[in-house]
Amino acid sequence: MSGPLKPVARISAKTQLPPVNDKIERMPLVEKNASLDTSIGLSEANASDYIALLKPRVMSLVVFTGFVGLMAAPGQIHPVLAAIAILCIAVGAGASGALNMWYDADIDAIMKRTAKRPIPAGRISREEVLTFGLLLSAFSVVTLGLFVNLLSAFLLAFTIFFYAVVYTMWLKRSTPQNIVIGGAAGAFPPMIGWAAVTNSVSMESIVLFLIIFLWTPPHFWALSLFMSDDYEKAKIPMMPNVMGEASTKFQIFLYTLLVAPVAVLPWMMGFAGPVYGVFSIAMGAAFLGYAWTVWRAPVGEAMMKPAKKMFAFSIFYLFSLYAVLLGEILVRKALLVAGA
Amino acid sequence: MSNDRVTLTDKQRKAQRSRSIALALALAAFVILVYVGTWAKLGANILIRPM
Repeated sequence: MSGPLKPVARISAKTQLPPVNDKIERMPLVEKNASLDTSIGLSEANASDYIALLKPRVMSLVVFTGFVGLMAAPGQIHPVLAAIAILCIAVGAGASGALNMWYDADIDAIMKRTAKRPIPAGRISREEVLTFGLLLSAFSVVTLGLFVNLLSAFLLAFTIFFYAVVYTMWLKRSTPQNIVIGGAAGAFPPMIGWAAVTNSVSMESIVLFLIIFLWTPPHFWALSLFMSDDYEKAKIPMMPNVMGEASTKFQIFLYTLLVAPVAVLPWMMGFAGPVYGVFSIAMGAAFLGYAWTVWRAPVGEAMMKPAKKMFAFSIFYLFSLYAVLLGEILVRKALLVAGA
Repeated sequence: MSNDRVTLTDKQRKAQRSRSIALALALAAFVILVYVGTWAKLGANILIRPM
């Protein structure tokens, strides 16, 4: 055999897709007629495609919140071990992303937002992604366990399992509560960071968990309001597609009503200072304002401007809360060093 | 003997090179991580071991 070889065939929306519950056995990696082609499929995937599998944007928020959890925890950790802990959290989050893309390749091919991911675009095969995800999962958990402590390694393993199995395989395609429960996976990193230092789970780390956990539904439902056509096409039961737009908007408001006061708890419990306290109250009020505007906006409005604004603000809300908390901690530590 | 060698396209060759470099860097990073991590975790204790 000679001559140029074909890259891995592309999964397109036209490719015959399997029914949701029969996915693993029948999901085609290649077009139907590609099975007649006996040439070796050589990859055209660059290193950047493998980085894309790690969902770098999601990973950045995970790393950041994990780092804040690690810095907020009382006690000492060697800076090198702290860096290893953060690296493991990052790699573990990336591994979850890769496993998610492995399982969801069929629906990723249908949705505009995800159609260019490496598997549906035909640059990497599903098998490679599965291997990549499993290897990275094992690496991150074992490394964290060996160099930091077993509790944080267990929490990281549970987080990967929760995202890849509980959320991706069980919840995502079966219930509109998918991101409510699945949101726990994204909320664990500060708890892992905290456990890396203290080797324990405390009320403080549970509060850091709860802030992200309760923030996830309004964040994702705001997105799903203006992306509902995509989710509908892929038959993912997101809240707007199942319960309707009005109910989703009301639930967005309810969850925002919950997350706003919970976000103030770090100050009330004494592990965040007054700057964080005032900031979290102001940001909570602003978040509620956005949620109110979304709720009161007319149903069926095509542009979904309030939902888009709320989605953008929700990212800023979480990031800025954790940033202010981190800023306060750094100032406190600097003052301690200066005073010593 | 017939020519049964695989001829890569330019795109495939570039992609292969990119993956090889990334893998080499990842391996080097792993070696450094284990070395520095062991040093940080055990410190001078690394020299204390049963004979």
